[in-house]
Amino acid sequence: MTDVEKRRDRSPVPSGWTYAPAPESTDILELRDRYGLFIAGEWVAAKEHFTTIAPRDESPLAEVAQAGPEDVARAVGAAREAFGGWSRLAPSERAKYLFRIARILAERSREFAVLESLNGGKPIKESRDVDVPLASAHFFYYAGWADKLEYAFPNRRPKPVGVAGQIIPWNFPLLMLAWKIAPALAAGNTVVLKPAETTPLTALLFADVLRQAELPPGVVNIVTGDGSTGAALVDSDVDKIAFTGSTEVGKAIQRRVAGTGKKLTLELGGKAANILFDDAALDQAVEGIINGIYFNQGHVCCAGSRLFVQESIYEPAIEKLKRRMATLRVGDPLDKNTDVGAINSREQLTRIEELVQAGKDEGAEIYQPPCRLPEKGYWFAPTVFTNVAQSYRIAQEEIFGPVLSVLTFRTPEEAVEKANNTPYGLSAGVWTEKGSRILWMAQRLRAGVVWANTFNRFDPASPFGGYKESGFGREGGRHGLEPYVELDGAEAFGG
Amino acid sequence: MSRLPVKKTYKLFIGGAFPRSESGRTYEAEGQNVARASRKDVRDSVRAARAAQPKWAGMTAYNRGQVLYRIAEMIEARTAEFAELCSGRPEVERSVDRIVWYAGWADKLAQVLGSSNPVAGPYFNFTVPEPTGVVAILAPDEPPLLGLVSRVLPALTGGNAVIAVASETRPLAAIELAEALATSDVPGGAVNLLTGRRAELAPWLASHMDVNALDVTGADGEAPDLERAAADNVKRVVRGRPDAQSPWDIAAFLELKTVWHPVGQ
Repeated sequence: MTDVEKRRDRSPVPSGWTYAPAPESTDILELRDRYGLFIAGEWVAAKEHFTTIAPRDESPLAEVAQAGPEDVARAVGAAREAFGGWSRLAPSERAKYLFRIARILAERSREFAVLESLNGGKPIKESRDVDVPLASAHFFYYAGWADKLEYAFPNRRPKPVGVAGQIIPWNFPLLMLAWKIAPALAAGNTVVLKPAETTPLTALLFADVLRQAELPPGVVNIVTGDGSTGAALVDSDVDKIAFTGSTEVGKAIQRRVAGTGKKLTLELGGKAANILFDDAALDQAVEGIINGIYFNQGHVCCAGSRLFVQESIYEPAIEKLKRRMATLRVGDPLDKNTDVGAINSREQLTRIEELVQAGKDEGAEIYQPPCRLPEKGYWFAPTVFTNVAQSYRIAQEEIFGPVLSVLTFRTPEEAVEKANNTPYGLSAGVWTEKGSRILWMAQRLRAGVVWANTFNRFDPASPFGGYKESGFGREGGRHGLEPYVELDGAEAFGG
Repeated sequence: MSRLPVKKTYKLFIGGAFPRSESGRTYEAEGQNVARASRKDVRDSVRAARAAQPKWAGMTAYNRGQVLYRIAEMIEARTAEFAELCSGRPEVERSVDRIVWYAGWADKLAQVLGSSNPVAGPYFNFTVPEPTGVVAILAPDEPPLLGLVSRVLPALTGGNAVIAVASETRPLAAIELAEALATSDVPGGAVNLLTGRRAELAPWLASHMDVNALDVTGADGEAPDLERAAADNVKRVVRGRPDAQSPWDIAAFLELKTVWHPVGQ
């Protein structure tokens, strides 16, 4: 054992120095008091509104429209009307609109990053370095596909599906918008997008990007609201539904879409196993494990929320993990030094608290590093549970918060068995220096994404999506075009 | 003096064996008493399929292609018997040719459907197709042999284990196929064939929590109900064509797995 691992008696918290506050200014934002619905290139007034807040201090940011079924129908009508022109446009011209959007997003990246962190609660360093650049990159990637679709699907005469209804979650509001809109537009579809109830503002700012890009009216329409708006969109006259969110809502959507002939793709929940073998580079692995669960406060469907540690390195691994947790900075999302920001909403905080209580009640051992949480707003300290049994709720249910459950294994076979013992199948992680074991594990893990000696990597060129109850369909890469095209010789899939 | 022929008892094909229906029930089709499978038979066949699937998928793609080709050989050798049980010799020959066509796909799918992905960072990243797992198939009533072959082979070629409900009106070809499968090299349980009332069996398959995909090609008016039930565990629902062959028919029963690894020294 190294010296670090032997020093059990010493305080795990580095002391004697600290960070000065480094808050990102919000001056760059020009928020309106009240937002309407973005339909056919215009702001349309809505009958009802609700207040969207900043989860870091619960302060109101703006009034946002609550779209009803008539509003949704109007947006779908606008998308339908725009479809003819957009789908017949020369594909190379469609590409150029998407390139424009990518460029404008990059140019206005600071504005988007600040707004994303303000409205969603995620650390500015993540929205600045991950969400916004990736969103721009997605548009740039799919722009290039717009006039190359026949190479993506040789001999299959790809045609657009029509109007796509897209419902996105609150954990990566702008990035999920990009994952949905970019491939849809590239393939010649028009879109009605429903942002998440708690994080509508970057989507509404994106409407301004569309104006700057001079995208034809109606090609993208944005309707804000709660779950009932999403339900109205599912029931509306769209040709395709794409949903990212919880497995529970995904199942409800699959039932609603049954028998309608609408195409469907679902990107749902997860309970990823992150598997640590005794030969792994431990410090590097601990970084990956920390990133795997505390990135974006654990509000990540592919979060590595179940850590499986090989028994022979259990003690040093847990000790290093706890030491590293103690250095995580929890606080103001707009502070550039913040590692873990605010929980997205009161509702989500309640869910996290309930599951953490269940973990304690069922007999797991909890550890939270000492950290001062702000008084206002929604916060939850990074948490790790040890002594967890497979049957505990914290090992079975998606917590969607900064909570890691640690389990152990002895052999690779046991690791695979335990990792796959879940209805989910979105992602998995493997940490080992042995190449053949990585491939052996990667073959057997029932998950759509396997990260080996890394975790939570995303790229526009890389397909993402689930097995089993984590959904179906892929986003990203060539495969990510398929949900948005009709193909010769294709099976009807997903309703 | 004429000889009294020995009549066959038409049974189910589950886990490589030929059980009668657990319910003891039969129904009359094509002038014969045919086993009428029950919910318990559905459950047994799902268990058999789940147990067999890793073995089938774990074979090399080359080997799976050979096993599929062997099915074609077995049917070809029984052409006369099969011809009696479907629309005739041409249907048998087309079924054989279709199986040969799919056999050749087993070791080409990953190349056609997979990719290596140029991500913006020091990572090697690739995507491979994998079987979705256990696939339940409602075969079309017509054509009795070719329809079944056209729906079972795409799922099987991709490495899935299959539970197929045979043509309700003309189930004998399916039973004959089971006998060919039993003497081929397909692992027991990789293909399970049930006869009986489709409307009775389909809901149990559609709502079974250990079935990964549902092929509703042979479903009639009840398809929307089956699709709703399929949402219980987010099944992939596929509606195919009774007489077609395509690699995209295989792809409908596949998942895509993407693997990342850092590139470094």
